[in-house]
Amino acid sequence: MAKMKYSIFSLLRQARDYHRGWPKAWRSPEPKPSYDVIIIGGGGHGLATAYYLAKEHGITNVAVLEKGWLGGGNTGRNTTIVRSNYLWDESAHLYEHSLKLFEGLSQDLNYNVMFSQRGVINLAHNEHDLKELSRRGHACRLNGIDYEMISAEQIKQIAPIINISKNIRYPVLGGSIQRRAGNARHDAVAWGYARRADEFGIDIIQNCEVTGIDIENGRVTGVQTTRGPIKARKIGAVPAGHATVVGNMAGLTLPVESHPLQAMVSEPIKPVLDTVIMSNTVHVYISQSDKGELVLGAGIDGFNSYAQRGSLDVIEHQLEALCDLYPIVKRLRIMRTWGGIVDTCPDASPIVSKTPVEGFYMNCGWGTGGFKATPGSGWVFAHTIAQDRPHRLNEAFDLKRFETGFLIDEHGAAAVAH
Amino acid sequence: MLLIECPHCGPREQTEFTCGGEGHIVRPDPATATDAEWGHYLFMRKNPKGLHYERWFHAHGCRQWFHAARSTVTHEIFAIYGIDEPPPAIDANKAGSR
Amino acid sequence: MTQAFRNSDGGRIDRGKRVSFTFDGQNLEGFAGDTLASALLANGVRLVGRSFKYHRPRGIVGSGPEEPNALIQLGVGAHTEPNTRATQIALFDGLVSESQNAWPGVGFDVGAINNMVSKAIPSGFYYKTFMWPAAAWMFYEKFIRSAAGLGKAPTEPDPETYEKRSVWCDVLVVGGGPAGLAAALAAGATGARVILADEQSEFGGSLLASRDRIEGRDGADWAGDVIDDLAGMPEVRVLSRTTVVSYHDHNYLVAVERVNDHLPLGKRHGPRQRLWKVRARQVVLATGAIERPLVFAENDRPGVMLAGAVRTYVNRYGARPGNRAVVFTNNDSAYRAAIDASDGGIAIAAIVDCRAQPEGALVRLARERGIEIVAGSVITGVRGTKQVSEVEVATLTQDGSDVAGARRSIDCDLVMMSGGWNPTVHLYSQSGGKLAWNADLATFVPATAAQKSREAGAVNGSFSLMAALAEGSRAGSAAARDAGFEGEEPAVPACDAGPGDGVLALQALWDVPCGRKGAKRFLDFQNDVTASDVALAHRENYSSVEHFKRYTTTGMGTDQGKTSNVNGLAIMAGLRGVDVPEVGHTTFRPFYTAVTVGALAGINSGPELLDPVRKTPMHHWHEQHGAHFEDVGQWKRPYCYLRPGETVKQAVDREVLAARTSVAILDASTLGKIDIQGPDALELINRVYTNNFATLKVGACRYGLMCKDDGMVFDDGVTARIGENRYLMSTTTGGAPNVLNWLEEWLQCEWRDLEAYCTSVTTHWAAIAIAGPNSRRLLAELTATDLSNEAFPFMTWQDGEIAGIPGRIFRISFSGETGFEVQVPASYALALWRALMTAGEKYSITPYGTEAMHVLRAEKGFIIAGQDTDGTTTPYDLGMDWIVSKKKGDFLGKRGLERPDTLRDDRKQLVGLLTEDPNEVIPEGAHVSPSPHSNKPVPMEGWVTSSYYSPNCGRSIAMALLRGGAGRIGETVAIPLEHKVVRAKITRPVFFDEEGERLRG
Repeated sequence: MAKMKYSIFSLLRQARDYHRGWPKAWRSPEPKPSYDVIIIGGGGHGLATAYYLAKEHGITNVAVLEKGWLGGGNTGRNTTIVRSNYLWDESAHLYEHSLKLFEGLSQDLNYNVMFSQRGVINLAHNEHDLKELSRRGHACRLNGIDYEMISAEQIKQIAPIINISKNIRYPVLGGSIQRRAGNARHDAVAWGYARRADEFGIDIIQNCEVTGIDIENGRVTGVQTTRGPIKARKIGAVPAGHATVVGNMAGLTLPVESHPLQAMVSEPIKPVLDTVIMSNTVHVYISQSDKGELVLGAGIDGFNSYAQRGSLDVIEHQLEALCDLYPIVKRLRIMRTWGGIVDTCPDASPIVSKTPVEGFYMNCGWGTGGFKATPGSGWVFAHTIAQDRPHRLNEAFDLKRFETGFLIDEHGAAAVAH
Repeated sequence: MLLIECPHCGPREQTEFTCGGEGHIVRPDPATATDAEWGHYLFMRKNPKGLHYERWFHAHGCRQWFHAARSTVTHEIFAIYGIDEPPPAIDANKAGSR
Repeated sequence: MTQAFRNSDGGRIDRGKRVSFTFDGQNLEGFAGDTLASALLANGVRLVGRSFKYHRPRGIVGSGPEEPNALIQLGVGAHTEPNTRATQIALFDGLVSESQNAWPGVGFDVGAINNMVSKAIPSGFYYKTFMWPAAAWMFYEKFIRSAAGLGKAPTEPDPETYEKRSVWCDVLVVGGGPAGLAAALAAGATGARVILADEQSEFGGSLLASRDRIEGRDGADWAGDVIDDLAGMPEVRVLSRTTVVSYHDHNYLVAVERVNDHLPLGKRHGPRQRLWKVRARQVVLATGAIERPLVFAENDRPGVMLAGAVRTYVNRYGARPGNRAVVFTNNDSAYRAAIDASDGGIAIAAIVDCRAQPEGALVRLARERGIEIVAGSVITGVRGTKQVSEVEVATLTQDGSDVAGARRSIDCDLVMMSGGWNPTVHLYSQSGGKLAWNADLATFVPATAAQKSREAGAVNGSFSLMAALAEGSRAGSAAARDAGFEGEEPAVPACDAGPGDGVLALQALWDVPCGRKGAKRFLDFQNDVTASDVALAHRENYSSVEHFKRYTTTGMGTDQGKTSNVNGLAIMAGLRGVDVPEVGHTTFRPFYTAVTVGALAGINSGPELLDPVRKTPMHHWHEQHGAHFEDVGQWKRPYCYLRPGETVKQAVDREVLAARTSVAILDASTLGKIDIQGPDALELINRVYTNNFATLKVGACRYGLMCKDDGMVFDDGVTARIGENRYLMSTTTGGAPNVLNWLEEWLQCEWRDLEAYCTSVTTHWAAIAIAGPNSRRLLAELTATDLSNEAFPFMTWQDGEIAGIPGRIFRISFSGETGFEVQVPASYALALWRALMTAGEKYSITPYGTEAMHVLRAEKGFIIAGQDTDGTTTPYDLGMDWIVSKKKGDFLGKRGLERPDTLRDDRKQLVGLLTEDPNEVIPEGAHVSPSPHSNKPVPMEGWVTSSYYSPNCGRSIAMALLRGGAGRIGETVAIPLEHKVVRAKITRPVFFDEEGERLRG
């Protein structure tokens, strides 16, 4: 099932024949009666899991079941920020592993995921912010993650459209930058993983909703789907936005709540910003896409929801602050807003874990920050499924921590949840 | 943007309220609760797709707590009831998808 | 040029009012009532922009929000606005406009080189290349980025203002065409509160572009009369230039009113735009329909336009987009456009109709006029780079999949195309309403509404004037009735829209065959998506609707796919061999048309309005005395008071020393204060604090620590017993609202048997902390209250009069110094502050800020919740075992503290750190490592929470949360910094007056 290699040469060769020779990026197979491993959820994390199951563990009798279209959940709805400057060791190591995988991902997948390391800046607006950023910075330095504290003036040099005047409600006192961080093209990550997983013979089955999980004697045996029952020895669930729904099918209750998270883009304009700037205090996240749109992330709504839409006031507040920080945006226009469902854990850290059901593994609760973890999450989850034990990197992200109290409290520690 | 009928003030904009999450969570007896039970009480949530019994606080109004039965799919509010009242029966199909 | 393409009469422009404007530096003239697009067309300007990817020359296609091509950089300097649609810019005197995305100019554009290599860069080409070498992407990306984007952002702040209004109504009518007007009239007549909003400058919608007649009048005049009638109804509000852009839950809709955009800069008053946030009991959507282009070879040449748009330019603006037109259609409506165009002075060279035997009233009418109808045929090519010069026509084969026979060329400077009409279902769909495929109309129409809304007119696929008026009246009456207003449904006005009105007799025609390979058949003009791109997406299995949209970028431009969506879906359906509904449609997202950031932000930005600024009563005094402020939550607090020539550090040191050597005062007004009353007030307090308050006597104060039910420290503060059943609880500055909400939640939701009432009195009482060995002496001069240790021991309070002001005196101290806190009603606080400063002059009284306060408390090892705790810290971790009651029953956090992880003895615990070099101040946030020189990741075992230079200790001091710290006193630890490793000895976290003699002294 070797694919045609993507390159400038194949592109030019294909151009001669009006691009009529390109093969399918992935097949649309009918489900087989049984698989070694079923992955529930064809988002970035699920597809990455399938890919690494094949690549790292030689397990290729795998199906990825997606209830809609692959990459259609939060993978295709986020603001594409990739960074690893987390506070706690457990998070930092996992996200850094992920960032490193991102650095070679286009070549590994032979699919340009457009990972652009244009840097991510976090702003400090008060003394408390400065202290938190400094604490995070010291931790990152010791963890081997690049991180620099920078002054307001340095930020202004990198991003001339920012207003560092003292005469705004919450002036920029300084910030931090992770230069290896940046953006990647979200769809391409899902599609690139799908194409390579397919190449390994993995079945990616779209429009196939899991409606039940079969368990016998405490062990999974298969799933019920809208396209019939499918047997499996192991099942890995990566159902971002529907963790509770799928978890319930396996009899699990999860410490997860689903909330709408909104994002938006402006109309495209010529380049004005070549980095990513995040402000937790005033809830503004901004970058500019290669097409020229300003990509803006807003906050989550306070109530549980499975609807992929949020409240207008969240957007209003975000734009109010945006006008303060970037005065030139005021006459630009917001072209499109949308929402995703994020599954949040009480400690703003994910669950990548075995469960009380044998052969059933859960990967969920990435909250607002899952995209950046895509490769790393897939990589450790594949390990967890293949070896039936967590990798060192995801040991701490166990479901049991909510009993013992050993939380990885990124939220409590006021580290960035985005 | 929900319109929420505060039982004390009448219909008001969502922005006046704070959502307190799942309602009717019973705090176990701390003297006898196991670690698992306590962890469950602290962190585990029903988070249903569909009918959700939850509590709301009219923070920028009368500052009273009350319950709502709301669909997490359509956002339709089926019932508003007192903070000390049991959850009313709602046809779960009504709370379904849209 | 002098409006060579303007008819001498007809249309709704005011030929008496000439308007000057410029386009790409060229001085032009139009008339009042023109849009920029109609004025450009009247002046014969055809080339108005370049496309996004291939930089192909483009002209105006539409006449409204659907316009994909004519994107204009409007205005200059701080007023400039990118990507504005010429079709929606009202012309005003002095308007300056420029084309975009072209360099050096729209006529000759270097970027057009992309068009030459377009063969190699189909949809998604970037996913397949730019991967070698590994670091190459960021190199290529620079060029891609600078080539992309459309217009330019302003470089200066916006000089104009915006505002918002929140309103409710019984019936909101969206759209002021015939259906909307009829609906508003019917609803308004019942006395219901009605809002009618339309995006155009004038009401009438399609009536403005037609020659329809209603009740014996010109349709546009009828519309004007209706607006006059509505103006006479006190409950009706009519909003023109107002686009309803989004439909949210619970009938909440948002509209943008362009208040000033149609006026010259000098004539603008008030806000530029106004955002209306409308909560409607009932909604009537009369949003009309948008014409669909046909996807044929070279259909993007300047001069290929929507037939209905041409009709609009001729009828409404008296402007001719060309002199000789070929019409290309698959339905009857284009015949109406052809007839009107013909009457407006445009020669119709031919009507090319894909239908083999077009017939019907309008077809007959055209034939009668001698217009040639080329039936069963399609346009297979368009020539003319910067303006259409001729089209090539060929006959469709029997099955319609190809063309056959000889090609025929027809000279023309205009192509009028119609592929049918798409109901404007955007808002309907945003509301959650389900769509159904209507095969006759070959488009999606509303099926099942999800909210309290109705649709009327063309949005329903009801394209005749009669149907629009009838559905409008019915919907308006029904909406009013459902909102509680009874009334007669008015009679539908008599109307005459000519023969064949509303009849399409459409034959679906999607990817128009041309018999040539590689001919570009554009689907999405703005993003340069062609039918071949859809085929490529299909070939590579990006076949689901969302994959195809994203892979090809169809519908993702500023027009959001208003003209491209359905064509794209249908072409994909054809390739997949399924019906269009099986492909489905993408979700319609807010906003219908893009909304200015300023309008969404309104007035709520800037130093005063982004977030409320909270100031204490002494704020002005602080400002006058050199205060350097910091933001603490919403509060402004003096960080220190700078004397001339002083650095911040010098000021802080001076303030810290003053508090320990003489007397210093702090404005402590921002600390939260909650008055708790009721027979069960004590029980409430006892349940939320970890320590026991049952023994607290009236007149006494006690420090308390609050945990969440997981056992993690949440807030702290001193609570005083004011009376038998009355307490005053203090909280941290930032935590005040959270603590109050916390108490309310438990009281109301869980402990309903408790009778206690909580009131925030934070801003009622201002507070001044007086610290230092001279504090008692100073305060004694201003009060008759006996302040001696015996009469007024530590941790008690008394009512008293201070400087003649009745208030409360507390013998408490956060500085660890002999001290008092005085609370007086806020309006007296400044007077008291001044009195203290005056009386304290002889003691060199020193006002001190938050940083000195932090140093003072750190010298004593007092914690700050949120600085020395972080949501993962228990009271035990802080070494405050004494504050967790072992005797009292349950309290919040008790069980949480008994979980396995909270019981571990190797948790991070609060310790003091003394550096080997006493002058070395460890940076806060630095981490402690057991092996600082090991390879990364360097293991960490805790972090420095507080660290200062203490002038009173004459050395640096620090506190840290350190793994197993409580058992490691005396050990030396390493703190690896960027360029060195600092060593420090672990101590108990108290550095000054360990016995607390000063506190109690």
